[in-house]
Amino acid sequence: MSDGPRIITAHWGDERVIPYEGYVRVGGYEGLRRALAMSPEEVIAEVKASGLRGRGGAGFPTGVKWSFVPQDTGKPTYVVCNFDESEPGTFNNRELVEREPHQVLEGIAIAAYAIRSNLAFIYCRGEFLWPGSVLRRALEEAYEHGVLGERVLGTDHRLDVVLHRGAGAYICGEETALLSSLEGYRGQPRQRPPFPAIEGLYASPTVINNVETLCFVPHILRNGASWFTSIGTERSPGTKVFSISGKVERPGNYELPMGTPFRVLLEEHAGGVLGGRALKAWTPGGSSTPMLTAEHLDVALDFESVQQAGSMLGTGAVMVMDETDCMVEAVRRMVRFYAHESCGKCTPCREGTWWVSRVLDRIEAGYGRPEDLPLLEDLVPNLLFRGFCPLLDGAVSPVASGLRHFREEFERHIEERRCPFTGRGSATGVAEPPAPPAPQEPAPGPVPLSEVLG
Amino acid sequence: MAVLTPELRAQAEAIVARYPRPRSAILPLLYLVQSVEGWVSPEGLREVAELLGLRTAEVEAVATFYTMIRPRPTGRHVVNVCTNLSCALRGGRDVYAAAREAAGLRPGEESSADGLFTVREEECLGACDGAPVMQVDFANHERVTPERARELLDALRRGEVPAPSRGAAPRDFRHACRILAGVEDLA
Repeated sequence: MSDGPRIITAHWGDERVIPYEGYVRVGGYEGLRRALAMSPEEVIAEVKASGLRGRGGAGFPTGVKWSFVPQDTGKPTYVVCNFDESEPGTFNNRELVEREPHQVLEGIAIAAYAIRSNLAFIYCRGEFLWPGSVLRRALEEAYEHGVLGERVLGTDHRLDVVLHRGAGAYICGEETALLSSLEGYRGQPRQRPPFPAIEGLYASPTVINNVETLCFVPHILRNGASWFTSIGTERSPGTKVFSISGKVERPGNYELPMGTPFRVLLEEHAGGVLGGRALKAWTPGGSSTPMLTAEHLDVALDFESVQQAGSMLGTGAVMVMDETDCMVEAVRRMVRFYAHESCGKCTPCREGTWWVSRVLDRIEAGYGRPEDLPLLEDLVPNLLFRGFCPLLDGAVSPVASGLRHFREEFERHIEERRCPFTGRGSATGVAEPPAPPAPQEPAPGPVPLSEVLG
Repeated sequence: MAVLTPELRAQAEAIVARYPRPRSAILPLLYLVQSVEGWVSPEGLREVAELLGLRTAEVEAVATFYTMIRPRPTGRHVVNVCTNLSCALRGGRDVYAAAREAAGLRPGEESSADGLFTVREEECLGACDGAPVMQVDFANHERVTPERARELLDALRRGEVPAPSRGAAPRDFRHACRILAGVEDLA
C-alpha cells in the first residue's frame, strides 16, 4: 500500500507486534494508560468527539453508544466484542486479530473502563480456530502483564475477559442474536427496544462493538479526537479496512481513508480487475449491500456517498465480478446463503428466502418462467423491512440490485432456457432443480418423550 | 456409559465457572462432548443438560441450531469447502466436487463409509483474499485447486496433518473440538 495514513494496519507484516512486548514497543497500551488517567466520562467524551462510527455495518457512533449505558441500575455492565465475522466477502476482523491481537484487547479494555465494566466477552466465530487461538494467547499475556485482572495497569479498575467460541451461525453477528447465543440459547434476534445498552447480556447494560471499531479506540485515546477527525470525511471520520476479493489481481485488506473513491481501491491497491477484464458488478459492503456497477467507479467509499449511490458501506467488503460472470448465478448464490442462514424465527425470512432461492435456482437452470421476473419484483417490496431483523433485508439486496442493473441477463436466461454464460440449461438436458432441499438424515436415537417432559 | 470421564467432568465444571450464568457454557460443553464422541449423541445431550441443570430437550434445541455441533456420527476429519460468492468466482465449486470425489462420497452422502471424512459445502469462511478456501478440521487452506484438494485428502488418508496457510492445525476434528471447548490450545 502506498498513500494515506494507516492506523490499525500500520504494523501488519511485522510479526514482532504479535506478542505483548512487541506491541508495547510500538506504543501499545499507551491509549489504555491515558484512558485510565481520565474519568470514564472523559473517555466517552473523547470517543464521541472523534466521530468514530461502528465498522461492523451499521455505522452507529461508538461514543454515543457507550454514553447510553446507564450506571444507576444496580446491575453489572458488560462489554462484548463482536468477532463473529461472517458477512460474505468480509475478512478484516480475522486479519486484525491474527496480526496484532493486543490492539483489539486494548480497545476492549478502554471500552470496559469507559462504561465501568469488570467483565468483557469476545464472541469469536467458531470457524476461526486459529485466530481464536491467537487471541487466547494474547489474553494470557495480558493477564501475565497486569493489563487484565484485579488491577488493570496498577489501578483500582478490575477487568476479566472471556473468550467465547461460536458454533457456525451467521445470524449471531446480529447483536441481539449474539447475546441470545452467549446466554446459551439458539442464536435468534430479540425485539429492540430495549436496546442492548439498556438491557443486553443477562438483561444488563451491554456495549457490543465490532473488532475493527475497537481497534481504532486505542489510537483515538493516544492521538486525540481532533487527530482522528482530520482523516476521512466530515461525517465518516478516520480510515476503514476494506476487504476486496473476487475478480481482482490482488485480493486483500487495504486500510484507506473514508471517502477514498472505489476506483483507487480497485485499480491502485487491488491491481484492477483480474486479467484486465471489464468490471461488471461489485458489492460495497458484503453480499447484503446492493450491488453497484462499472458506472459507480468514482463513488467515494464512506457511509453517506455509498448510500447516495443506492447501496450501503456495510462492512466495506468489496466483491468484484467481471464481464464473464453470470449475474443470475451470483444473485442465486448470494440469496442461497441467506436462505441457509435464516434463523427461522420469522415467517417472511424463513419462507421468503427459501422461495426466492427456488425461483432463482430454476432461472439459472433454464427452467425460468416469463412470470418469474414480475414475481421477484413483487417479492422485493414485500420482503424488504418485513423481517424481524436485517438479515432479510440483506437477502433482498442482491435480488433488487440484480434486477435493477442486470434485468436483461435474467430475461435472456428465461428466453434461451439456459445460462448464456455456461450454456447449460433445460435446452441442453440440465434437470430441473428438485423442489425441497435434500432432507438431512435424522439423528439416531431421538430423546424419549419422558425426558422432554422432564 | 458416560461420555465424560471424571477428568473431563472436572474440565466441564471449570468451563461453567468462566461464566456468570451456567447456561452460557452450553456451546463449550457441547464441544467438549463432541471432542470425545466425534458428534453429540443423545447421551451427550443428557450429560450436558445434567451439568447445567437443564432439560435434555433444552440442550437439544440449542445443539440443533448450530452447524458446528454435529447431530450424527462424523468423519475423523471435517473438510469444509467455501462455495460462497468470492470463492465461487475463483473456482470453489470445482474444489468442493473434487473433495467429495476424493473422499469417496456418493451423491447425497456427507460422510464417507470408512469414517474418515465428512465433506461439507460451507458458507463464507472469512478468508476471501485466499479464495477458494478449504478448511481441514477448521484450519484454513487457501487458493486451493481441485488437484490440491485431492492431495490434501490423500495426505489425511496417510495420517499426516497438512500445514495450513496460516497458523497451526489440529490433528483431527475431535482435537479441534477440544480447542473450541477451550480446554486445549493449538501449538
